[in-house]
Amino acid sequence: MTEYPNAAMQRLEGPAPVIDIAKDLVRRALLIAPVAIGIGAVFWQTAGAASVAYGLVIVMANFMLAAALLSWAGKISFAAMGGAAMFGFLLRLGLIFVAVLLVKDESWVEMLPLGLTLITAHLVLLFWEMRYVSATLAHPGLKPTTRLPIHTAADNTETQGAA
Amino acid sequence: MSIAAQVLAQSADDLKNAAAAEGAGFAYGLAAIGPGIGIGYLVGQAVQAMARQPESAGQVQTTMFLGVAFTEALALIGFVVFILLKFA
Repeated sequence: MTEYPNAAMQRLEGPAPVIDIAKDLVRRALLIAPVAIGIGAVFWQTAGAASVAYGLVIVMANFMLAAALLSWAGKISFAAMGGAAMFGFLLRLGLIFVAVLLVKDESWVEMLPLGLTLITAHLVLLFWEMRYVSATLAHPGLKPTTRLPIHTAADNTETQGAA
Repeated sequence: MSIAAQVLAQSADDLKNAAAAEGAGFAYGLAAIGPGIGIGYLVGQAVQAMARQPESAGQVQTTMFLGVAFTEALALIGFVVFILLKFA
């Protein structure tokens, strides 16, 4: 009788694409940061700009922590990866709560722009990244940058004729 | 204002604060249940896919990470409702 390996005890080998994805999300967050901070400054002045910046930092840290936890656990086993996804979710929600709790009474914090930034930045970055990932059909490192030579049916006929 | 009126006004404020705290707690707690179930299901299926086809683990992992982050956005919305009700 064939013995199949325990799926939960297998582990990921090689580089972790989730780290690349998280780095890409952070890069995109830095790209939109000036615009978002500008919008915060227009509607809520200095406190709004600071709150938007703080919200963006929280979102970037959240993505990086999620990726680090998943890739670290994936190298141990798939079961550990499942655990890291579940408890990492609770841990990160707790950390976001603490991050907001620490600054809630500060004079430079406005709760509305902070809250809006947490939601919109998270969703906008994900949709942006998803479009990119869908376009490449793989993790970002695999996106072709140079045009490869296209072989046509005529080429094949010539090759067969020469043979 | 009489003492009775003051006590009534104070207890009305207390009731309002208590209701806001209760609502905020419910919003956060309920909003975390759905994503919890979603992430558990998503990761379970992704682990199964990676175990069956290790050669496509990178692609599955990428999709899984985006899926986890999207699902988590629901919990974040609940969290933002919570902070707006409680602290704003």
